[in-house]
Amino acid sequence: MTGSVVLTILAVVLVIGGLGAVFGGALSAASKKFAVQVDEREEEIIKVLPGANCGGCGFQGCAAYAHAVTDGAAEVNRCTVGGADVAQDVAEIMGIAAGEVKRIVGYVRCIGSATGGRKYDYIGLDDCFSALNSIGGGPLECRFGCIGLGSCARTCPYGAVTVESGAARVDRDLCKGCTKCVSACPKRLITMVDYGSKPLVGCSSRSKGAVVRKLCELGCLGDGSCARACPNQAITVVDNLAVIDYTKCTGCGKCAEKCIRHCIELV
Amino acid sequence: MSFTSIISLALGAILIENFILVKFLGICPFLGVSKSQETAVGMGLAVTFVMGVASLVCWIIEAALLVPLGLEFARTVVYILVISSLVQFIEMFLRKAMPGLYLSLGIYLPLITTNCAVLGVALLNQQNGYNLLESVIYGITGGLGFLVAIFIFSGIRERLELTADTPKAFEGFPIALVSAGLLSLAFMGFSGLKII
Repeated sequence: MTGSVVLTILAVVLVIGGLGAVFGGALSAASKKFAVQVDEREEEIIKVLPGANCGGCGFQGCAAYAHAVTDGAAEVNRCTVGGADVAQDVAEIMGIAAGEVKRIVGYVRCIGSATGGRKYDYIGLDDCFSALNSIGGGPLECRFGCIGLGSCARTCPYGAVTVESGAARVDRDLCKGCTKCVSACPKRLITMVDYGSKPLVGCSSRSKGAVVRKLCELGCLGDGSCARACPNQAITVVDNLAVIDYTKCTGCGKCAEKCIRHCIELV
Repeated sequence: MSFTSIISLALGAILIENFILVKFLGICPFLGVSKSQETAVGMGLAVTFVMGVASLVCWIIEAALLVPLGLEFARTVVYILVISSLVQFIEMFLRKAMPGLYLSLGIYLPLITTNCAVLGVALLNQQNGYNLLESVIYGITGGLGFLVAIFIFSGIRERLELTADTPKAFEGFPIALVSAGLLSLAFMGFSGLKII
């Protein structure tokens, strides 16, 4: 009786120990056989990158960007969050010169949606996409304006986007230029602009002036008074909306003075 | 093995005896990885894959090693050993052979190493006396049941995130647990379903 118990215990020990040894051996052999060559520089670049995984560089997270850099598929200065410092570090790892990193920030091209009329009170999900899919394309009378439910604000990893009195605003000092909010806005109201003092048109309405006048207090009428005020002919009116050509703009601010609707902002 | 019995086995594993919502196995990935539908599907597919392979391998180990030596009582320990090595091996293999699949499933594989649904399916196969084919079918469909449950649940959670009228004290995990309970109740309704 005791003999068979000892035998059983011995069998269990042998089976489990044996299986463990076999699997351990197989795994260590497999780890050699299936080893994947990883570029050392890739690991180093991942360490240097901010690790926000925001996707501002156009790749799926920092690891994917690091892989693309070591593959030579991407430039070293694509990380807008890290800016010049990170570009310099990545360039050092790769052993090449870093290019210039332009600081870009988001800007919401609608400043007047709080003054704009509402068709009805919207009660539903706090999400711009579902508001836009509800009756009449959302509660706002102006079909180009910001609904103000803050889908962009929730997407921003840096807390740079806030909704103030019905319209989203981007804090340009907090903004890292990751462009996540751009795709979060169903109306594509957020565009990326250069950081710095420049007049910005805070309206996206392509409706005729008479229509805009009824719907919103701050909407661009497209009458071209800003274009006439500009000493450098940098402003043109395209589809009833003033568009600024920043290659000609000197940032003098005369357009903002002349705009009777106050929809040109000097930031 | 007739076609009807396969359907009956599959329906049983997916709906009537769903691993998560009726048997309450594999709850931790169910709660942990269900914040967005994208990750939920990735996790669900990885679990399906591992459950299928684990059923197959564990059945073979049982028939070839444990039964002849009369060591059925040591089943649990041996299965844990087998499953964890297997998952490690699959991860390595996928990384080399199928990088695309590895990128979509890979990050979830280590989480499954100690998933009780995987061990559960291997043990249930023996408890119910399934043959090799039945075991593999039961494993895969059990994994599909996991996928169905986690996909529905992640949809509910995404919806919960957007609706702001959750009371402050219930935000996050509490409301997720409450809705998991309600979902489980809903799945209990399938218990009357039978295919003759």
